[in-house]
Amino acid sequence: MTILIINICKHELHYYEFVKPIEKILEGIEIKYSTKDYDKISKNDLEKSSRIIICGTSLKDNNFLEELPLFDNILKSNKPILGICGGMEILGTLLGGSIKERKEIGTTEITFQKDFLGVNKSEEKQVYHLHNFYVDFSDIKDEVEISAYSYNIIPQAFKHKTKKIYGTLFHPEVKNKEIIINFCKE
Amino acid sequence: MKLGILWSGGKDSCYAAYLAKKEGNKISCLITLQSINEDSFMFHTPSISKVKAQASSMSIPLIIKKTNGVKEFELKDLEFAIKAAKDKYKIEGIVTGALASTYQASRIQKICDKLDLECFNPLWQKNQIEHLKDIIKSGIQVIVTGVFAEPFNSEWLGRQIDNDFLNEIKDMFKHYSINPVGEGGEYETYVLNAPGLFKKQIKFDIKKSKIKGEKNSWRMEVEVE
Repeated sequence: MTILIINICKHELHYYEFVKPIEKILEGIEIKYSTKDYDKISKNDLEKSSRIIICGTSLKDNNFLEELPLFDNILKSNKPILGICGGMEILGTLLGGSIKERKEIGTTEITFQKDFLGVNKSEEKQVYHLHNFYVDFSDIKDEVEISAYSYNIIPQAFKHKTKKIYGTLFHPEVKNKEIIINFCKE
Repeated sequence: MKLGILWSGGKDSCYAAYLAKKEGNKISCLITLQSINEDSFMFHTPSISKVKAQASSMSIPLIIKKTNGVKEFELKDLEFAIKAAKDKYKIEGIVTGALASTYQASRIQKICDKLDLECFNPLWQKNQIEHLKDIIKSGIQVIVTGVFAEPFNSEWLGRQIDNDFLNEIKDMFKHYSINPVGEGGEYETYVLNAPGLFKKQIKFDIKKSKIKGEKNSWRMEVEVE
């Protein structure tokens, strides 16, 4: 079984920045993967994958938010999914959350309030941000658990209460690679 | 897409430009900040005045802006230079050679965001040894123009980045914690030729190039022909 890495970048040059670092992490732990653009994913791609990672993209690239129905089948596949930045925005919105504007660029410290993919409750982590939006989960707070916030209001990491669906608004491939490794080995 | 390259004259900005072109983009201009401060937080300084020879070889317009290289003020200078590139060459995005510095990357991201430009960092998070191998494989010809850490000495100036260099730098990483690509400012480079980018090779005479320094810290001002 392989991990399906989903590329949501509009520009091919962004692949090197948002997708390739994740491929390299998986190569480092000798896990097989296959990378596909989000608008080219077939049923077969979903069936043959054991887990799915949806990568992030650049600040100005928000095309994917207008094409959310393309991600419906991914969510319905019932495979464990990790959404990173834009990937978390996709998962959060499909689950019933709403997109809100908030720009964060650069590194900051966050404290985890709940355990999250190997990060323990109360652990502090320095994280790297690059986003214009976040997901407001208040309409579906019974379905998801927020593992960490920034400024007490912006969900930085979430997990679904009954399904293996996870998201990070920050980029774990930059400063917290172990989160991606833990997701793959969970 | 019309792109401007943040160009230091060294291997990383050149390999980033190489990838940008390979992916079908048009390189509309190079943008270079010439730092007067040799300890600049953002910009490399050795041989930077020689970027004109590189731009000429590539037939790509060059925007050079001088900066005092004082932390944060130099960012304002960078913003002015990028804005000038946007106004003059109608670029839609910027390409950088940032590998791992979140300090550098996040500040350039903020400038691009303010100026409504795309920001591309195609070397981001790249394995350093793999990056050197890719540079060698691509045929980009690079020489060392500055060394700033133990156990480097003046004999490293003018050396080409090739397989011998790669093997030695791997060893230095093991024994002296030297970043293989010089990300910590351990060494700096100058590109003489790059397939698909340069129209003619830049020739330099090491005997005429000015060398200064002491112990483990040396610089060479490349004298191009």
